[in-house]
Amino acid sequence: MTTNKRGLAEQLWDFFCSLRLTIFLLIGLALVSIIGTVIPQGPQREYLATISETKIRLYSSLGFFDMYHSWWFILLLYLLTLNLICCSIKRLPRVWKIVSEPVLVMDESFERTLSNTQELKLKGGKSELKDRVSAALASEFARPVVTEKDGVIHLFAQKNPWCRLGVYVVHFSIIVVFIGALVGSFFGYKGYAQIPEGGSVNQVMGRNGKIVNLGFDVRCEKFTVTFYDTGAPKEFKSILSVFDGGKPVAGLQNIPVIVNDPLTYKGVTFYQASYGQSDEGALYHLTVLNRKTNKAEKIDARQGERVALPGGAFLSVMEATQNVTPFMKEFDGPGAQVEFTPPGGQPEPFVILSDKYQSFNAQHGGDLLINFDGMDQKFYTGLQVAKDPGVWVVWTGCALMVIGIIMAFFMSHRRVWARISDDGVTVGGSASKNPAGFEMQFDDLVEKLNKA
Amino acid sequence: MSSSNLFNVTMVIYMVTTCIFFAFLASRNKAVGLAGTYAALIGFLIQTAAIGMRWKESYDQGHGHAPLSNLFESVVFFSWTIILIYLIIDFKYKYRAVGFFVVPFALFGMAWAQLGLDSGIEPLVPALQSNWLMYHVITCFLGYAAFAVACGISIMYLIRDKVEKGGGNSAAGGMLSMFPAIRVLDDLNYKAIMIGFPLLTLGIVTGAAWANYAWGTYWSWDPKETWSLIVWFVYAAFLHARITRGWVGRRAAILSVIGFAATIFCYLGVNLFLSGLHSYGK
Ligand code: HEM
Repeated sequence: MTTNKRGLAEQLWDFFCSLRLTIFLLIGLALVSIIGTVIPQGPQREYLATISETKIRLYSSLGFFDMYHSWWFILLLYLLTLNLICCSIKRLPRVWKIVSEPVLVMDESFERTLSNTQELKLKGGKSELKDRVSAALASEFARPVVTEKDGVIHLFAQKNPWCRLGVYVVHFSIIVVFIGALVGSFFGYKGYAQIPEGGSVNQVMGRNGKIVNLGFDVRCEKFTVTFYDTGAPKEFKSILSVFDGGKPVAGLQNIPVIVNDPLTYKGVTFYQASYGQSDEGALYHLTVLNRKTNKAEKIDARQGERVALPGGAFLSVMEATQNVTPFMKEFDGPGAQVEFTPPGGQPEPFVILSDKYQSFNAQHGGDLLINFDGMDQKFYTGLQVAKDPGVWVVWTGCALMVIGIIMAFFMSHRRVWARISDDGVTVGGSASKNPAGFEMQFDDLVEKLNKA
Repeated sequence: MSSSNLFNVTMVIYMVTTCIFFAFLASRNKAVGLAGTYAALIGFLIQTAAIGMRWKESYDQGHGHAPLSNLFESVVFFSWTIILIYLIIDFKYKYRAVGFFVVPFALFGMAWAQLGLDSGIEPLVPALQSNWLMYHVITCFLGYAAFAVACGISIMYLIRDKVEKGGGNSAAGGMLSMFPAIRVLDDLNYKAIMIGFPLLTLGIVTGAAWANYAWGTYWSWDPKETWSLIVWFVYAAFLHARITRGWVGRRAAILSVIGFAATIFCYLGVNLFLSGLHSYGK
């Protein structure tokens, strides 16, 4: 019974230590990841309309619409991490031993396991040979450690023992990246803010629809967009200012924020993401001509605002555009949909155009001829807002990963032994990487030692 | 002389190079193989000049930027990196037969770019106005190119493996005599992936860093990002497969070919078939 249980635990341990599981998980992750690139992620109305009801139900129960956060995908990632940790626990001590307790003595049985061995042609007394070979090794390869055993002198020199740990640095870095991602998802947020020119915000809309308080204010002083001659956009620029506790924050006033150049305050970063025409705030310009007195008056109105006209009438601008052509083919220039209320009368809606179309505008308004001169449109800027305290953990992990890969791939732990006995000097060598390259180096070294 | 003419010259030279390498396999004459390598080198130098010239032309048009921003430029750069990695491996190991299986990738890229793609120099849209573009594109494409070389070598492996197991058809056997030994091919495949994997890793990291800098999210499971991760998983599987018994040789070669197919899908398929952030212009 106990052996059975032990057997099971051992089997489980072996299962999680196995490299076959690693390959299975890596290929499995690669395969299932494809699903989420084919099925659009998130709420995609147009896509949902193209597939059947049963498919929608099937996909959503399998989590395909948010695949990379589905329980089974996360489970695969956790299994990968577990596999990684178990493998490292099993193998690291062995590798650590190679690094921390090098084999200092090359006896004859160990010699047979080495693929590079040579007899040196040196002659002389043991202690004299020891000094000569040691000095040559130190200058040509690395300073050797000397061990005396049973009247035989052993030298051992090595280079880059640490690179054996490269693989573990890579694996550890993957765990660091995971931790960084978890920190970000628990303690950070992603949001979006829309600020009209001249306006400010102190909270943003989080991805999940939750409102997040920033704890300070961001004001958009101005937004501009410029274009190349081809009509392609050249630059989107918001001028932002930060206010904390109502006071302007020094150094963060009138800061230009463009795509690829964000602004950060208190760990919250604002990225230029989109823009649009603000429908609050637009100022409409009208000229009202009293046809009886021939007196013209310029009037400004905001959207929906009821402004008093000379003679007791009222007018509000409902909607306006800088160019009416898309709506009224024969006309161009600015146009506005207005609601005109004559003194004591009922409101009448109609359209007015620029003073180029006086006769068109004269159809309404009684004694008043109202021309639309245009408007000052305001933009709003759309800012992506992000706070991610885990991001430095992720970058640390990435840096470790690159360092670890370089250690694992491009560095080699090279070891050289020399055994000095009454019979002469035998050298042996081994390398953790690139055996062919090491063989040449070894032969080269032997040649130099022969001249010692 | 404009960059476009030079790109045409490059294309022709890569075509000639491919023919020379074929002649090398057929004739088994070492001098022919060396000529193939020199032809590839000349094509590479001309292409380098052409890319430099295109860079300058963009400055002459008043909106200078590195020629890495649209599909045409990326395909040209890809074929340049393939020849670069190939030449490095050729100079180091001198297995000329590899050229016949690698240079055609570069030839195909140049032919497609010159005959099928819009080669206009466009100003950069705001999202691409960043130095990260350069770091990201260069690392990714060098990685892709190493995988292309690995794929060519794996194809050689699979051919040689098949012929040897099939008892050796004599006509093919003649050509095969110029192939490196099967163990060497396996090793070269691994070496090419050892170049590609760190570069792809750097490419993914620089891409994440750029996304974080530009949008505040280092990873958003956009199809391009996901596919680069898929490619990364496949090659990580390859690396671990090599240290597992039973997975060296044929299976590793197949994994390498699959890895390159995934790479090409990541590079082109995502743009052609899926939607996301990384569209090249249109
Ligand atoms: C389930 C997860 C993983 C496990 C259990 C695992 C396990 C291992 C083991 C046991 C080795 C061999 C170490 C040795 O030679 O002593 C290794 C090598 C390596 N692993 Fe992993 N690994 C995992 C995931 C990854 C991932 C995702 C990467 C991606 C970068 C990676 C990168 C490497 C590299 C670069 C090597 C060195 C390969 C070589 O030298 O050819 N590993 N891994």
